[in-house]
Amino acid sequence: MFVRIPFAAIIGICFTLSFFLIALFAPLIAPYGYDEVVSNGFWEPATSEFLLGTDGIGRDLLSRMIYGLRTTIWIATLATILSFTTGSVLGFLAAVMGGWIDQALSRFVDLLMSIPSLIFALVILSITPITILILILVMGLLDATRVYRLARAVAVDINVMDYVEAAKLRGENRWWIIFREILPNALSPLVAEMGLRFIFAVLFISTLSFLGLGIQPPQADLGGIVKENAEGLTYGIGAALYPAITIAILAISVNLVADWILSRTTSLKGGRG
Amino acid sequence: MTEPLVRVRDLRIGATVYPPNEKPHDIEIVHGVDFDLESGRVLGLIGESGAGKSTIGLATLAFGRGGIKITGGEVWVNGRDILQTSRTDVRSLRGGEVSYVSQSAAASFNPAKKILDQVVEASVRYGKFSRSEAESRAVDLFEQLGLPEPETIGNRYPHQVSGGQLQRCMTALALCPQPQLVIFDEPTTALDVTTQIDVLAAIKKAIHETGVAAVYITHDLAVVAQVSDAIMVLRLGDMVEYGTTQQIINSPKQEYTKALVSVRSIEHPENTPTDEPILRCIDITASYPRTKLDVLTDVNVEIHAGQTLAVVGESGSGKSTLARVITGLLPPRIGRLVFDGQELTPDLASRSREDLRQLQMIYQMADVAMNPRHTVGTIIGRPVEFYFGLKGEEKRQRVIDLLDEIEMGIDFIDRYPAELSGGQKQRVCIARALAAKPKLIICDEVTSALDPLVADGILRLLLDLQRIENVAYLFITHDIATVRAIADSIAVMYQGRVQRYGGKSKVLSPPYDDYTDLLLSSVPEMRLGWLEDVLENRQMESAGN
Repeated sequence: MFVRIPFAAIIGICFTLSFFLIALFAPLIAPYGYDEVVSNGFWEPATSEFLLGTDGIGRDLLSRMIYGLRTTIWIATLATILSFTTGSVLGFLAAVMGGWIDQALSRFVDLLMSIPSLIFALVILSITPITILILILVMGLLDATRVYRLARAVAVDINVMDYVEAAKLRGENRWWIIFREILPNALSPLVAEMGLRFIFAVLFISTLSFLGLGIQPPQADLGGIVKENAEGLTYGIGAALYPAITIAILAISVNLVADWILSRTTSLKGGRG
Repeated sequence: MTEPLVRVRDLRIGATVYPPNEKPHDIEIVHGVDFDLESGRVLGLIGESGAGKSTIGLATLAFGRGGIKITGGEVWVNGRDILQTSRTDVRSLRGGEVSYVSQSAAASFNPAKKILDQVVEASVRYGKFSRSEAESRAVDLFEQLGLPEPETIGNRYPHQVSGGQLQRCMTALALCPQPQLVIFDEPTTALDVTTQIDVLAAIKKAIHETGVAAVYITHDLAVVAQVSDAIMVLRLGDMVEYGTTQQIINSPKQEYTKALVSVRSIEHPENTPTDEPILRCIDITASYPRTKLDVLTDVNVEIHAGQTLAVVGESGSGKSTLARVITGLLPPRIGRLVFDGQELTPDLASRSREDLRQLQMIYQMADVAMNPRHTVGTIIGRPVEFYFGLKGEEKRQRVIDLLDEIEMGIDFIDRYPAELSGGQKQRVCIARALAAKPKLIICDEVTSALDPLVADGILRLLLDLQRIENVAYLFITHDIATVRAIADSIAVMYQGRVQRYGGKSKVLSPPYDDYTDLLLSSVPEMRLGWLEDVLENRQMESAGN
């Protein structure tokens, strides 16, 4: 199946995989706890004891970043899964049902999309308690609008194929048509999109935390660590750069994988194949 | 003897293939073809899909479509080997000395520019004629090709003329710069039979009057017999037989050519109607939602158990709409359906599973009629499971039996549609329909996307299955030859009405009404001089003109 993986994709896969492994085994890997104050100094330079130095209140930066990565990936993954299940099921449903259901759903999604998602999220998060569950819900549902658009567009194309008509003539119900006829054929573009949406979720949660409306201290996440250490930049201390670079590398590596999946699916079997 | 205009020697063409799970590698798709063509003569290239017809045609323009390379041999046009000349020379050759008429004029014309601008473009660009000379040439050509209002038709946009007219405009486009060679690549294949005949006649006349040499590519031997002086039969990139049209049609030497010439020789004696029809369409009038136009008007037809009703007509005559009405996809505005003595509810949603089972459908394009992500086993197995509740081993056994019935083996069970040939795909669709043990199968143009020999096989299979399973067919087609081969009764449709209806022998014997006469006479026959005979004797002009 995987005959020739392009070099860029291999790099992407390696990095993505290691990020996920680090996230999964964070408690085993991290030398200290995420909120453990291990030193009396602050913003200490890297030593053999603290590989990336310490942060503004003397916590080990590396440990904090490992836990931060775990939180970020965890939230982004759940939000992506949520957005994909709701977005694609509703999108397929709208395409298959047509008529007023399609109209109602599509116009509602248009309405949501007309408001910039960051502003929308900030409004909601400023009136609700900020818990991880709420964060996931808000991010997932906002992103679901984009997935809905894609899923509906793909499904509308597939829905007019003769094999779907054949299934309707056979008397199959709607769920068979959605899950057995349309879904397998819509999977490739959706999976590629999933990679991209995951990155957006990472960036989104990081942005929220940076603005102070995401993960609350002492919990760690990448965007939050940037915020905590941003002040150090004025004194020439680069602690904030490490989590920022990690976000960048994570985004790029997942992107490389998504790109590769997308090119595989479009070059083979004429597109949706 | 003087040098012929075109001399092709040992032409070899290769392509790179990218099979899944393997490294890309090069294959040869044309294995050394030779031919000569003199000015004013027409060479027909014929063969089924994948035979290399178009590839060879384009090679005379020193052109290979994406991924195709001309790997060897010589193509001499007008005394020079165009495979060896520089790019600039080749550019002046294309469209100037050698021009090309493609299958789909609608896809080849630029929809944003007027026809005349596109017709004169090459002549002006190569400096062969001034703009005004080229325009008057174009008008002459329009007239020669029998287009209406030759003076002004060029000022229209491509969507403002009919398909047959556009195909003739394309011929004018090709002939305008006074080329020495024109490549016609299936110019009439996408047209209705009744339109095809006029385009064919126009092309033949234009070739004759301008004295160009032409290569005529088609898969229909009867068509090519009308226009060409010599015919080359190709198969899988090899030349099978090359001779004069006279010789190929009247005394073919190779087995493959003989099969092509005698295609559609299926004999099916007409059955007399039984007492109770399996399906009666009573006074069906139907229109599409939110339109006022009736696509079907007062259609009354009957299908008898184990027999075949063929519905013929050109595109837009309402054949497929009739199928949609019967299947319940489009409830009729007026009229009713009686199936096996029971009233059939008009819309799909209210029909019982049993009603749905009795009535199956086979589509024209087998590749899109099967879910590309399902295996053959799933595709055929689903109706077995859905209607009869068979599971596991029982279901598998039934699928194997069905595969056996369509003359395919058990090893196909785990294959995906993409791994099947066109004929095999259509067989799987037939098996899927049969799996429901229906009383009636609607066959919507099931053979029109297939090569003639493959189509023949499918028709034979359908007839055999009809005998074994006693299933009735509603056979929708535009191809009279198919109708002759398999029908018991025939309904000729024209503009949404049944023009002529009855037993096969009755419908196909004179006296005809004008439309049936036109339709029947437009079907190319495998004999020389047929085109001239028809044009002289017919009573009605086709609608596409």
